[in-house]
This record gives sequence, structure tokens and C-alpha cells, in this order.
Amino acid sequence: MKKLTSFGPANLMARSPETHPLTWRLREDGQPVWLEEYQAKNGYAAARKALAEMAADDIVQVVKDSGLKGRGGAGFPTGVKWGLMPKDESLNIRYLLCNADEMEPNTWKDRLLMEQLPHLLIEGMIISARALKAYRGYIFLRGEYVDAARNLNRAVEEAKAAGLLGQNILGSGFDFELFVHTGAGRYICGEETALINSLEGRRANPRSKPPFPAAVGVWGKPTCVNNVETLCNVPAIVGNGVDWYKSLARPGSEDMGTKLMGFSGKVKNPGVWEVPFGITARELLEEYAGGMRDGYQLKCWQPGGAGTGFLLPEHLDAQMYAGGIGKVGTRMGTGLALAVDHTVNMVSLLRNMEEFFARESCGWCTPCRDGLPWSVKILRALERGQGTPEDLDTLLHLVNCLGPGKTFCAHAPGAVEPLGSAIKYFRHEFEAGVARPQGSAEAKPQAVGA
Amino acid sequence: MSQATLIQTDRFVLSDSERTAIEHEMHHYEDPRAASIEALKIVQKHRGWVPDGAIPAIGEILGIPASDVEGVATFYSQIFRQPVGRHIIRVCDSMVCYIGGHESVLQAIQKELGIGLGQTTADDRFTLLPVCCLGNCDKAPALMIDDDTYGNVEPGSVAQLLEAYP
Repeated sequence: MKKLTSFGPANLMARSPETHPLTWRLREDGQPVWLEEYQAKNGYAAARKALAEMAADDIVQVVKDSGLKGRGGAGFPTGVKWGLMPKDESLNIRYLLCNADEMEPNTWKDRLLMEQLPHLLIEGMIISARALKAYRGYIFLRGEYVDAARNLNRAVEEAKAAGLLGQNILGSGFDFELFVHTGAGRYICGEETALINSLEGRRANPRSKPPFPAAVGVWGKPTCVNNVETLCNVPAIVGNGVDWYKSLARPGSEDMGTKLMGFSGKVKNPGVWEVPFGITARELLEEYAGGMRDGYQLKCWQPGGAGTGFLLPEHLDAQMYAGGIGKVGTRMGTGLALAVDHTVNMVSLLRNMEEFFARESCGWCTPCRDGLPWSVKILRALERGQGTPEDLDTLLHLVNCLGPGKTFCAHAPGAVEPLGSAIKYFRHEFEAGVARPQGSAEAKPQAVGA
Repeated sequence: MSQATLIQTDRFVLSDSERTAIEHEMHHYEDPRAASIEALKIVQKHRGWVPDGAIPAIGEILGIPASDVEGVATFYSQIFRQPVGRHIIRVCDSMVCYIGGHESVLQAIQKELGIGLGQTTADDRFTLLPVCCLGNCDKAPALMIDDDTYGNVEPGSVAQLLEAYP
């Protein structure tokens, strides 16, 4: 058993700067691309262009026109988010935060970028900070990503020494300093207002919105929070232009550019790959992941992280972009899909997932704090075959009461989306967990408090 | 509050290196409070865990109430408010590792060490904890021991794996 270093497939597939703007610089050996090599591969050319030739508002406009959307799972248009920053120039202390708190189960794309292409993120942040007029940035990195922390810190030092971070970057008059801030656990830190609280040294409870971070963010200052992969898209958009960027996605896709997508589970070749938006899930599964392992049949799949719904094999021809997955009834999320094979019991799988969501609830609002452990309790009972006839209704009630708009943040809605879809498609597996009457009243307990 | 707490607090002194490291971190932020998590991590790095006395001591350096420091210390899963073993085992329990068979790996570790999740071995060698997805989904099941990440872990190889951490 070896300590892990490489993503394997992501490094070995055929790539070009024109078709794989995020990953073409990856080394085949999986080692980090440091400054010298990054610059030899055209690195920081986009930053030079942005700082020398483009006004801040021009960069915002280019990103807006490109159609770039957030890559953290929610898919909000990045240019629109940037446009929310105040126009009032007297508000001159502004922050750019990189959300690198990658903890969503089955999401492992930002780790690839940060470990192997740390300078791509730094370049993306320099250009974005210029656009947002931010003087300081923080990369909020989850504590367990120790290799990413080491590589990012080394890359920041390299960039500082080369005059790419700090005062008067590349003689442009623009100042930007960048810090790597490591977290101390808790999935909820990935929620952008919880992330801001955590960065300020508080408990990571989400904040009420509005005000949005663009108006009142970290330390009360205008703040923009963007995901790692989102920021890594910026250099190529600035360098190659909007028309090129818009030509990357497959016909039919409403989302632009490429996306790090993947397939995990009992597939032959699990991995992360940079692919065009609009690729079908079937192509991802069969061409990239090599299909299911021998002896395993696909039972259902999840398009992008624990917080997305389950889909059936018949949905595999859906195109991987927000609207394409929306058409078949769930969200694309992070685009890193999971294959659930025929050996997996859905009640047990959901029990595992809801244990995660219940543990990671920040506890701030009641539906989430109390509802998720309740779902775990029921799922554990169903898994043991000791459920009550009312349990399914209670679960569906929880799916409804913890859904979008009923809780303080998106944690609980994300938790019940897979649960609702699992019951929808595999109701019989949940019903099978209800205790069979043994002929005596004792063997059929009534739900308490239902 | 109780006198016992006061006595313990008085006895606790941050070392010079801890204090220097915390003060260095403070300068990275607009508000010293932001260094509270890092301060707790610094104390933990030196002592293995965060003793009671460290809470008011950190609060004093950062200029924030001890209750706020404690609030932070008890929120984050990687801050330990009780003694832990020399090595921390973190078993990824994401749904990908679940499908990959992490529960049997966990059982093998529990059997090998005779402890459950959240517990420490009697010889203070290991503490066993769950962790959110470690981002090694192509190599499920995955786990971390201290700063080392392992993938494709099998129940039968657990004993050998643990041997490398005396």
C-alpha cells in the first residue's frame, strides 16, 4: 500500500491547450508543475495581459460574456457574482476568497488542481483580484489536504519572489497579497458565508443573506468567494478570449467551457477528467471510466456529489450541464458522478449519507439539527428490518420539511435530495425494512411521536 | 466560576514558541480573532491536544473572551479538547468509501486496536476518528494516519499498515 501521489488517468489522457485549458499543463508523472515549468508552458501570460492591457471592468465583462459559472456545485454565473461588488470606489478594502474547502463526498477535483497546478490557481486569483479590485486574497483550504497546503504555500513563495504577488505586480501598480488559510474540519465551512465566519475565527454557522458577501463580507468588507476550479478557468478565458471559450462545450449545452468531471464506484477506471460541458453521462461512464467492473451492474447513479439526486441507467443519455441534468430531475452539482452497483442496498447507502449530513450539520437551525438525526434513526431501523409502517411517510415528510427554502442554508436541502430520489426510485427497498407483524402486538411497535 | 478552573488556568503558560507562532499568525488578518483556529492548532501541534488552560491564554493574546475561543475549539472536528493518541487515524466514511467497503476496514481497525470511533488505545498510541471525504475516490476506501493518506485499503492489510506508526 503506497502513499497516494497521483490521479493517474487525469495525467495520462491526451490533452491540448486549446481543448483542455485546465489540465493540459499536468505532468505525466503527477508531480507539481512549479513556476519555471508553468511559465515555460505559457503560465502567467494571461495575468501579464490582464494587468498590462485590461481595465478591471473589462475583465469582469469578459468573464460575464464567457458564461463562466461557479464550479463549486451551485453553478451561479461568475460574472454576475463579480458584478455585485460595490461600484463605490471609496470602499477600497476588498477581499477575494478562494473556496478550497473541498469536502463534498465524491468531490476530488480541486485537490488535483491545487496539488499539481498551484500556479494556475494563483494566476486565476491575481487576474480575478484585479477585476474585483481586491488587495488581499485567502485560499480557504480544508485541513486534511496537507499536500495541497504544502504545494500552494511553496507556489505562493515562488510567485512572491518572482514579483507575481505583493506590491506593484509586474510593474502594473497593482498590489495583491495572498495567504493560504487552512481549516480545522467541518463540511459546513464550504458554505460561503460559513466560510467567511470561519475565516474570521468564529464557529462556521452560515450567515443570513442579504446582505450578500459582495456588500458585507469578511470583516464587513466587500468580499467575493469563488471555487478553486472557477478561478482556474479565468486565465484561459482572458488569454484566449470569449469566442474560443464558448466553442469548447458540446452542442446543446447551455453551460460554457470545460469541467472537471469524474466517475467513482465500481467502475473499471475511476477518475477525474477535463471534459466539455454537454458530454453525456453515458460517454463519461463508458468511454472515460471504462464501464462497470465485471460482475457489477449499474443500479443508479448520482451526477455530482452527495447533495444531488439519484438517477437511473435510463437517464445516462442526459447531457452533463445544469439544464441537461435538470431535465431528468436533479442538479449537476460538482459533475463528479458516482455509480451505484446492484450489490448496494439503497437504505444502507442513504443511512451512510444521512449520517454524514447529520454529523456535519452546524446545528444552527432546527429543521436541519433535529431532522437529519431523525432521518438517520429511521434509516438505521429500516436497515435492521425494524422499521414501522409510518417510517416512509415520516421520511418523505422530512424530505419536504428540510427542502429548499425551509432551512437557513443549503445543507439540509442537499441532504434530502438524494433521500427523496432514492425513495422515489427504490421505494420497495425502504418498504422491505418495515418489521413484519409476528402475530403479536409487541412485534409491531407504533411510531412514537409521529 | 469554580476555583479549580482558576488554579488550572493560572498554571498554564503558553511556551515562547507557541506565543511567537500565534502572534505571527495574527498579522495575516484584519482582526486578531481570525487567528483563533490557527492558535488552537498551534497549541495542539505542540501538546497533542488543547488543555483547558490554553483557552483563556489564547483569548488573552487575541483579545477575545475565553468563551469565544472555547466555542471555536468545540466546533471544529480537528481540534481536540481531550488527550488523544500519538497517531490519529481518520477513516473516510463518504458514500464512495462506503461502496468501496470502508465499514469492513473500520471493523478491522477496531478489532486490531480494541477501540471504537472517537476512542484512544490504552497505550495512547492511536485515536480513531471518522473524516469527511478525503478526495481519493478512485482509491476507495481511503484513510489518513497523521498526515499520510492511504488508498485501496483492505481489511487484511490494516495490521501491517498500523505497524509503521509506533
